[in-house]
Amino acid sequence: MRYMDKTIVGLSIAFVVLFCADFFMAEWVRFIGLQSLARGAVALGLLVLWRTGLVSFGHALYFGFGAYAAAMLTLIGYHDAFFLVFAGTLAAGVLAYLLGFLLRRYRAIFFALLNMAFSMILYGVIVKTEELGSTDGFSVLTPTFLGYAPKGEAVQTTLFIFTLVFTYIITVGVHLYMKTTLGGMSMAVRENEIRVEYLGYSAEKVIHVKYVFSGLVAGFGGAIMALAIGQVDPDSMANWTVSGEFVFITILSGIGNVGATYIGALVFELIRTYAFEYAPLFWQFILGGSLLAIIMFLPDGIWSLFGRLRRSDSSESSSSSNKAPSP
Amino acid sequence: MQELIVILVDGLVFSSYLFMVSVGLTVIFGVMKILNVTHGAFYAFGAYMSATLIGAYYNTDLPEFGGFLAIFAAAIIVGVFFGIVLERGLLRFLYHRDEHIIVLATFAMFLVLEDVLLMIWGTDPYYAYEPMALLGAVDIVELTFDVYSLTLIGLAVIVALGLWLGLTKTKWGKLLLAVIFDREISQAMGINVTVVFTVTFVVGSIMGALGGAYIAPTISVSPGIGVEVIILSFAVVVIGGMGSIPGAIIGALLVGISRAAAVHKFPEIELFVIYAIMALVLAIRPEGLFAPAQARKI
Repeated sequence: MRYMDKTIVGLSIAFVVLFCADFFMAEWVRFIGLQSLARGAVALGLLVLWRTGLVSFGHALYFGFGAYAAAMLTLIGYHDAFFLVFAGTLAAGVLAYLLGFLLRRYRAIFFALLNMAFSMILYGVIVKTEELGSTDGFSVLTPTFLGYAPKGEAVQTTLFIFTLVFTYIITVGVHLYMKTTLGGMSMAVRENEIRVEYLGYSAEKVIHVKYVFSGLVAGFGGAIMALAIGQVDPDSMANWTVSGEFVFITILSGIGNVGATYIGALVFELIRTYAFEYAPLFWQFILGGSLLAIIMFLPDGIWSLFGRLRRSDSSESSSSSNKAPSP
Repeated sequence: MQELIVILVDGLVFSSYLFMVSVGLTVIFGVMKILNVTHGAFYAFGAYMSATLIGAYYNTDLPEFGGFLAIFAAAIIVGVFFGIVLERGLLRFLYHRDEHIIVLATFAMFLVLEDVLLMIWGTDPYYAYEPMALLGAVDIVELTFDVYSLTLIGLAVIVALGLWLGLTKTKWGKLLLAVIFDREISQAMGINVTVVFTVTFVVGSIMGALGGAYIAPTISVSPGIGVEVIILSFAVVVIGGMGSIPGAIIGALLVGISRAAAVHKFPEIELFVIYAIMALVLAIRPEGLFAPAQARKI
């Protein structure tokens, strides 16, 4: 092979390692892993938006919509994970497509807040709907996988592989997409929208496409989450603080690399789990503190750590081999 | 007719409440262009501090009406302390960063302060009903309203008038308008923008704390009261146009009266009527009803 894409190689290695590890993982590790994959997928959608210069403080809307769509289908007798996740993803995608016509006209803080307004409408609807368990939510039965109905621990093992396969496909897909013309338009729109229009592209259409994509993956993440936890409720699925957590993960990861979102999600999940475990009353304090630390000291996210390592390596080697004075 | 009056009075009280909790947010955004999520924590701290001070005050033998001073003292203590600590200790390092990052930093600070609140006051609710009991109740068309809530309308009017006079009639207000209009040029003209920012942030914090401090006697002051307030005040400020004080008044009236109407007429939509209005207004006028026009930079 003449050329190998490092990111795809890295993702594939991670995929194989996680796939094998799935059979040996402790149950709680797998559970954290599942949540990280689900949240990481949502953050991936936000990353695509962020590259366009837009931050949404309301993606819990699609997360919650996907989760509730999947969960409601189990109420009327559908239990196949493929169908449920597909339906949750699609439902969120359709919603994002419709709202996109309105939202693609907004930028900056207005975009962020309008998203939040819509997510709070969904939250209000869920809380007020007694049939959906109001603030308590309702539980989701164990899914089947194309007729295979696992029992006990096998449920999570299967679900993990199921999630892993789909997130792998999505992530590689996003990585390849970013190299296409449409993907490259992201940065262009962020830098100067008016010039993009002069070049003959429609900035609004670019944004709309990205918005629908972010809605789709958020719905996917929500549906997975509903199946993984076996429960949906408005406060952990659709409240504005959930949206804040997604933005947190995106900031944590940085926009350097698609794989970083999963690392960011994992770090987030670990901070939260351990903070909750050791300081149940003050976990928000720890979460907020870590977020502040990252904003102050790691402005480009965790991924920039790898970049720093690589840069210091290459600067050492280049300084030893190349004595030419820098311009 | 009777119902209409009830809705109107209820709506005005709620509007005044909304104006009080959102005016601090809009002042800070107007001058500094920062959407301050920590505002919710100022509100909560104001409420707790006020409940504590009122409790302490009524344990002494001082005249009963002095309890109102405790409310304002609580707001000033909380606002000045957190305003200075936050602006000098955190925000000034972030001014050159992306606006989303600043929002997220204030969100992080909000999470931290929520737990600091628990560390100081614990999880038990506090009650400080004395000022409310002192003023008694009044009948308006056969329905009883407590006078304390009605004084909220007066307070909101005073705050709005005070801010308007301060902005248009004083030297400080004019300096502030210059900074709002163009930060860099006013700095070049010799205005100390750093001081203007700190003072603005402290004033905004005091307003936020005052909202909580004044409402404290009418509610049970318990953990989590700050979260809802953030969303409410966001909605009001966004509807009116971020950074506009007349906008905050109109936004508060619009939201307050529609919510009162919803509570009396269609209680099931009460929770999201606010966001529905917000989405509707933004769909028609994305900058909000009163926001000044922005020049497009190429």
